[in-house]
Amino acid sequence: MNAPLPGPLADNPSLDRWVSFPSPGKISIGTGRVELGQGVLTAMAQIAADELDVAMARITMRSGDTERTPNEGYTAGSQSIQFGGVAMRQACADVRALFLEQAAKIIGCAAAELSIRDGSILRKNAPTGQDYWTLAGAVNLAVKATGSGARKPVADFETIGQSSERLDLPDKIFGKAVFIHDMVLDGMVHARVVRQPNRGATIGAIDEQAIKRAAKGRIDFVRHGNFLAIVGNDETAVDLAGATAVNAVTWQNVETPTALQAEASWLLQRPWIDRAFGAPDAGGGQGRQRFEATYSRGYLAHASISPSCGLAEFRDGHLTVWTHCQGVFPLRAALAKALGLDASVITVHHVQGSGCYGHNGADDAAADAAIIAMQMPGKPIRVRWRREEEFVYEPKTPSMVVKVHALLDDAGKPTDWTQEIWSATHNKRPGAGGVLLGAVALPTPMPEPPPNDVPEANGGGATRNGEPLYDIAAKRILHHLVTESPVRTSALRSLGAMPNVFALECCIDELAERAGQDPVAYRLSITADKRARAVIEKVAAMARWNPKEPGGAGHGRGIAFARYKNRAAYSAVVVELNVDEEIRLAHVWCATDAGLVVNPDGATNQLEGGIIQSASWVLKEQVRFDSGVSSIDWETYPVLKFSEVPEIDIELINTKDEVPLGVGEVTAGPTAAAIGNAVSHALGTRIRDLPLTRDRIMATLLKA
Amino acid sequence: MTQKFDFSVNGKPVSVSLDNEETPLLNVLRNELGLMGTRFGCGLEQCGCCMVLIDGQPEKCCAKPVWSVAGKQITTIEGLGSTERPHPLQQAFIDEQAGQCGYCLSGIIITAKALLDKNPSPTRAQIAAALDDNICRCGTHNRIMRAVEKAAAQMRAGARA
Repeated sequence: MNAPLPGPLADNPSLDRWVSFPSPGKISIGTGRVELGQGVLTAMAQIAADELDVAMARITMRSGDTERTPNEGYTAGSQSIQFGGVAMRQACADVRALFLEQAAKIIGCAAAELSIRDGSILRKNAPTGQDYWTLAGAVNLAVKATGSGARKPVADFETIGQSSERLDLPDKIFGKAVFIHDMVLDGMVHARVVRQPNRGATIGAIDEQAIKRAAKGRIDFVRHGNFLAIVGNDETAVDLAGATAVNAVTWQNVETPTALQAEASWLLQRPWIDRAFGAPDAGGGQGRQRFEATYSRGYLAHASISPSCGLAEFRDGHLTVWTHCQGVFPLRAALAKALGLDASVITVHHVQGSGCYGHNGADDAAADAAIIAMQMPGKPIRVRWRREEEFVYEPKTPSMVVKVHALLDDAGKPTDWTQEIWSATHNKRPGAGGVLLGAVALPTPMPEPPPNDVPEANGGGATRNGEPLYDIAAKRILHHLVTESPVRTSALRSLGAMPNVFALECCIDELAERAGQDPVAYRLSITADKRARAVIEKVAAMARWNPKEPGGAGHGRGIAFARYKNRAAYSAVVVELNVDEEIRLAHVWCATDAGLVVNPDGATNQLEGGIIQSASWVLKEQVRFDSGVSSIDWETYPVLKFSEVPEIDIELINTKDEVPLGVGEVTAGPTAAAIGNAVSHALGTRIRDLPLTRDRIMATLLKA
Repeated sequence: MTQKFDFSVNGKPVSVSLDNEETPLLNVLRNELGLMGTRFGCGLEQCGCCMVLIDGQPEKCCAKPVWSVAGKQITTIEGLGSTERPHPLQQAFIDEQAGQCGYCLSGIIITAKALLDKNPSPTRAQIAAALDDNICRCGTHNRIMRAVEKAAAQMRAGARA
């Protein structure tokens, strides 16, 4: 009996969704995973090339298409390679087996005598005149996967494990029209939405004359309930009108977040739902000493480099949508619900956008276009959000407060650990925990689902990495799911793992210091996990970690470690930095064990990106409110600049026999905590609240 | 009232007729001339996605009125090189795999070209200072700076620009 099919393949068993042979010499590979700038399509092509025994150049990828690709839900959570990649391997192995079977029949031999080289069928290494394409007409791929195709042994991989150039990069480097923003449809109409400030807000007055004057060109209004949009053929006119409309349309029942609500401490006074995980309260903790510390982080924006964009056309009863969102099938389901259509009359195509790092405005921009398209049948509609609109209305990652309660034994090692977490949800994806923004303004507003968070089975939201991986007798999480939030909150790269790892890894350093031990040695003394020890030891060696390095004079080093979701990739990070009034990162070293790495250079690129983005969050980023969201552009929401990035050295511990594990999010927590620990080393005093702004540093120095 | 504006883009004369003389050059490039390589990022001249060369100077064009470029020479990413004949910067970006989502790259490559035109041997700090006019959100900074260094070295060694 075969092993159970990998999840995504069991969900999408028809092999033709994964593999097809469109023309001689060519292979089309379908994946439900979408390119977000992380290089997933290149990695999938590598996997398919190896399992099908063809050159990568023969492969074209199709992805994220409700008509033509597998439904793999969301491209999120660093799971594409871990789960989608394994499904791809099996789908290709099954296809390969079917072709070998057919070839054996035609040639009149046993399939075991045959092999494949770059698509050609060989018998005892000699050509047979048959290949995938001569056989394709006779092999029916509209059949269910069986899992009976033998996957290639790891030792035989030729493409997997080799650095491969990204398939998508040349077009981007030569300025080709690859992004959704660059799509032009025949007769396309440009549109901007006049955003409803919040659920329940109603349109008061519209100064149509002021808006039309500002447009300096022909524009029209589309209104459906409290959904208001400006449309026209000239993008410039529509843009000018859209910007003017922000002030030329008045709203009633407006709620505006206040400055105070931007602070993480505001969470502590809100209503919440209690959730508890792990050891019972009276657990095995025998510790006599008690240590408590509270850490926090404010709201963050995804701050994608381009504002979201969506296109839609409603023609002859069928709605076609183009989007750069992370999940075309979930978006189709949410659109069906919001617009009262059957999912069978909606097609959703993924087209690349700029990096999203989670749930940004992409789904909403697509819904905006769909809502307008339904009002203007036969006209292709292109909605592009304004920069300010993206900053104000994209879902934020929630602010979090994390309080660690630890009991320690006589040697100062933790025996009992409670991580108490206050956070709003990390899951307001449309249809799961959230809505499509435009659909809330419709005459029948899309209802708000009850508060929930990402299920712990999927890695959790606020609870993600809330439990230390270290050998501690009793560990538990107390999660206060805050049910009120002044802004919509949802998934950003690593979700709760960043604040949780920041808290617990800073806390580990504080405990090491109390115990009079070196942070590296202390971590190793409470970790039996071999792969954890390996990355910690590796990064210490890379950074030439010196336990006796003096701190306190403005120069510091810090280390931190995590295993993402406590079940995926392992990563340890050392940061070296200087602090005067501000923090200057000098060098970051990172050792990561992501199991079998499909594309080492691609993985390194992702790890570097994760380190820099996390450093940017920690040093600079917090969404501010002041009578509304006041972080509205790159001046009010600055991110790390070229002159501020550190040198980065990365080493992969490529454990070839292990399953592949995603790397996009694994460094977020360790980088944040390593910076926190290095700042503490440099200053001789600790800052527990993020971001580590100049104001906080000055306040800490004055207090010290 | 429709007005005509003449300038050159990537060495070719162009003439566009527009009702609004304030139309940003970016919209003209993308929507009138079909040159989609120059990207919209903010419309506020902050992020650098829309960087082009105007008479050889790097300038953000998302808020630059078309009237202000009449008679001038514009170079966009499409004017640098092609798949068949890549500019050394473009080749170096491929060699260094200097991109993730790639949305910022057109503007960054243009900024880098302007830097190398002025200073063929920039230090890492000078490259960083020049690129501070551009935002990369994916965290590809170090690869990008390595690519610029590599292109500079190759151009000094005679690679065709």
